[in-house]
Amino acid sequence: MKLTVEGLNSHYGPAHILFDIGFEVGQGEVVALLGRNGAGKSTTFRSIVGLVAQRTGRIMFEGKDVSAKPTHEIVREGLGYVPEERRIFTDLTVEENLEVGKQPKRPNAPYWTREKLFALFPNLGEMKNRPGGRMSGGEQQMLTIARTLMGNPSLVLLDEPSEGLSPKIVEQMVDAILTMKKEGVSIVVSEQNLHFARLISDRAYIIERGRICFGGTMAELDARPDIRDAHLSL
Amino acid sequence: MAFYVVQFLTGLASAASLFLVASGLSIIFGVTRIVNFAHGAFYMIGAYIAFTLTERLSGAFGFWGSIVLAALAVALIGVLVEMVLLRRIYHAPELFQLLATFGLTLMVEDLVVLIWGPDDLVGRRAPGFKGAVDFFGQNIPSYDLFLIVLGPVVLGVLWLLFQRTRWGVLVRAATQDRDMVAALGVNQKWLFTSVFAVGVFLAALGGALQIPRDAVHHAMDLRIIVEVFVVVVIGGLGSIVGAFVAAVLVSELNAFGILIFPKISIILVFLVMAVVLIVRPWGLFGKPEAAARKTPGLTVNPWRPLTSNERLASLAALVVAAMLPLFAGNYALTVGSEIAIFVIFAVSLHFLMSVGGLASFGHAAYFGLGAYGVAFLAKMAGLPMIVCLLLGPLLGCMGAAVFGFFAVQLSGVYFAMLTLAFAQIVWSIAFQWVSVTGGDNGILGVWPSSWAASPSHFYWLALGVAALVTIALRAMVFSPFGYALRSTRDSLLRSEAIGINAKRIQWTAFVIAGTTAGIGGALFAYLKGSVFPDNLGISLSVDALVMVLLGGVETVSGAVIGAIVYKALNIWLVSQTDLSKLVLGGFIVLIVVVFPKGIVGMLEMLAQRRRKSSPPGSPLLAKPIESAE
Repeated sequence: MKLTVEGLNSHYGPAHILFDIGFEVGQGEVVALLGRNGAGKSTTFRSIVGLVAQRTGRIMFEGKDVSAKPTHEIVREGLGYVPEERRIFTDLTVEENLEVGKQPKRPNAPYWTREKLFALFPNLGEMKNRPGGRMSGGEQQMLTIARTLMGNPSLVLLDEPSEGLSPKIVEQMVDAILTMKKEGVSIVVSEQNLHFARLISDRAYIIERGRICFGGTMAELDARPDIRDAHLSL
Repeated sequence: MAFYVVQFLTGLASAASLFLVASGLSIIFGVTRIVNFAHGAFYMIGAYIAFTLTERLSGAFGFWGSIVLAALAVALIGVLVEMVLLRRIYHAPELFQLLATFGLTLMVEDLVVLIWGPDDLVGRRAPGFKGAVDFFGQNIPSYDLFLIVLGPVVLGVLWLLFQRTRWGVLVRAATQDRDMVAALGVNQKWLFTSVFAVGVFLAALGGALQIPRDAVHHAMDLRIIVEVFVVVVIGGLGSIVGAFVAAVLVSELNAFGILIFPKISIILVFLVMAVVLIVRPWGLFGKPEAAARKTPGLTVNPWRPLTSNERLASLAALVVAAMLPLFAGNYALTVGSEIAIFVIFAVSLHFLMSVGGLASFGHAAYFGLGAYGVAFLAKMAGLPMIVCLLLGPLLGCMGAAVFGFFAVQLSGVYFAMLTLAFAQIVWSIAFQWVSVTGGDNGILGVWPSSWAASPSHFYWLALGVAALVTIALRAMVFSPFGYALRSTRDSLLRSEAIGINAKRIQWTAFVIAGTTAGIGGALFAYLKGSVFPDNLGISLSVDALVMVLLGGVETVSGAVIGAIVYKALNIWLVSQTDLSKLVLGGFIVLIVVVFPKGIVGMLEMLAQRRRKSSPPGSPLLAKPIESAE
C-alpha cells in the first residue's frame, strides 16, 4: 500500500473531530474521500500531514510510520498536500510560488519542472510574473496544485479541488488530475461532488461526522443508493 | 542655509544605524511574529564587542574587520537565544513574547556592566574617515557621509537578498503563511533561526557602526529600542522600505525638532507617530493585519464571583494585614504601604489587560501622572493632603483619556508599542521640562498631613484604599460593563455585532485603569515625599506587567497576589545583590517559559484538577484553537 491510515483520532481543543479514521491508497490509485461540509475531510488531510497538533493513530506512508514526524518531514517523504483554501502566497509571483514548493528529485516519483507544469496548466505559463493575489479563483487552484507538484510527490492529498470553480475550469481540473495519475502520482481527493469524483476516482470512502461509514469501488458505491443518499447531498 | 543642509545630512547619518536596527526588527517580526524587545540589547552588545575588538586589532583592516566580526559574533549569540528561548514561545500569546525578550534585555544590561564596567567607553575613529568635509563654512564629519551612503546600500543588498534568492522567497512566503510553507516541505525551524540571525546581525552592525560617533554605554539599548519601535510603527512592521523611510523621517524630525522645541524635541516625533497611527494604523508601508490572537492568556477559563467562604477568607486576610502595625516596626510598615500601593497599581493594569485584553506597556505613565498631580497641587497650590489625594489622580485620568483614545484604535503589539511610546512622551516631558517638573531632580517635600504622617496610619490608609480599589474593580468585572468589556476582549467582531460600542467600552476601561493607577501614584508621592521622572518610566511599567503575569493573567484578581510577592521579592533582592536586573530578567524569562499561568492561575488549576479527577489535559502552551474543518 502507498498510504495506510489506521485509528486516526483528532481534536481541536476540547472538541473530538475524527473518530478512528482508517483507509488505504494503493500505488497509482485515485481514491475519493466523500462527505458533506463539516464531515471531517479537511481535518483528515490536515491530520495526515501533521497540521493538527492533537492527533493519535498510525499513518504509514510507503511502509514507513510518519505519524510522529513534523509536517515538513512528512511532506519531504513525498506526501504532497493541496489545501482547500488554496493558500497561495499572494505577495509572491507565480514563479516564486512554485519556487517555494520546489524539492529535490525523488527516485520513485515523477519529476516536475516549471515547463512541464506550464504545459499542464497553460494559463499559469501566461502569467509567470503575476502576484498570486491578482489571480482568479480557478488560476489560484491550478497554482496551488502546481506548487505542490514542484515537490515531486509520489502521493497528493487534494482537498476539494472543484470547489467554487466554473464548469469549464472543473473540466481542466479533471484533465490535470488524470494526467497526474498517468504520470504515476497516487491521489486522495476529497469531494462533495459525486459527479466530479466519479470522473477521476478508482475507489471511494464516505466520511460522516468524523467516521468512515463506507469504503469500496465506485461501482460498489453505485450499487448502494441508500448509502449515497444518506451521506451525500446531491 | 548651509546650516540647515548640514543639519539635514546629520539627520541622514543618524538614520543609517536606526534603519539597520529597525529593518532587523521588522524582518524578525515578519516571519516569527515576535516583536523582539531584546533588539536594542543586541545593538548594544554589538557596540561593546566592536569596541573591544577595535582596541585589540590595529589598522584599517583591523577596524572594519572588527565591525563585521562583532556583528557576526552577536548574530551567533542571537542564534543561541532563538534556539534556547524563542523556540519555546513561538506559540505563546504576544504579551509573553514581549515580556520574555524584555527580560533578556534586563539581563544583558547587567551583564554588560559586569564585563565592560559602568563607565562610558569612547571608541576609535574610523580609519580613512577621521576628518571633516567643509560645506560652505560648515563642517560635516566624513564618517557621517560614509553612513549616509551606507544606508541605501544596505537597503539595496536586503532588497536583492529578499527578491533574488531562494532564501528570500521562502522568508517572504513564511511572512504570509508559515504553516503552508511547512506543508510544502520547508523546515520552519531553520528558516526562523536564519531569519533571526540576519535580524540580529543587522542590529549589531548598527551598534558597531555607532562607535566612532557616540560613546558606548549600558543604557543605549532602551534609547534605541524606543526609537526603533517608533520607526517600525510609522513605517509598518514587516516592511523594509517602510523601515528605511521612517528611519529617515524620524532622524530628520529629531535633527530639526531640536531647533524648533529645544526643550522637548522628542515630542515632535511622537506627534508624527500618533498622526500616522490614526490615519494608517498599520504604518505607512505596512499592511492591515487580520485580527490576531486577542486574549492575553493561554486558555480562557470561565470566571465566577467569589463564594461566601472565599469572601470570608479574603476578609480574614485583610484583617490580618490590618493587624501588621501591632507587631511590625516602622521599616516593615513602610514596606507594607509600598506593597499596598503596588497592589493598586497592579490591579489597575490587570483590569485593562486581563479583563479588557489590552496589554499596556506604558501603564506607569498614569501612575506617575497621579504622583505629579499630587505634587503640583501640594507644592504649587498648597492644598491639604485629602484634597490632593482626591484631585491628584485626575491628572492620570486626563492622561489616560487622551492617550487611551488613540491607543484603543489599535490592538495587539501595536497597542503595546503605542502605549510604550506614549509613556515615553510623558517621561520626556517630566525629564526635560525642568522649570515645571524639576526635571531629573524631581519635586521634593511632598509630605502627608499629620493625621496620616505616622507609618501605621499611612499603612492603614494605603491598605484601605487598596482594598477598596480591588473590591470596586472586581465588582466591575461582574457588572454589565464588565461583561461588555470581556466580550470585546474575546471577540471584537461578535461584540460589535450585538450592538456593543467596542471602542467606547475599551476607552472607558483604559480611563478607569489609568485613574486607578493615578490613585496609586498619588499615595506613592506621599509615601516617598517626592516625585521623580522614574515614577513614570519603562521599568515601572514592566514591573506592573510582571506583577500581573506572576499573579496570573487569566485570573480575576491574581494581580493582588502577584504584586505582594513581586514587590516583597524585589525589595529584598535589591538589598541582597547588585545584579538585581540580571536576577529579575532571568526571573521574567523563567515565568514566561515554565510558569505562564502565574501563582493564582496554578493554584486554580490544581484546585480544578482535584475537583474533577479527569484533567482537561490541555498543554500549557497549546496552539490557538483552530477552527474546525
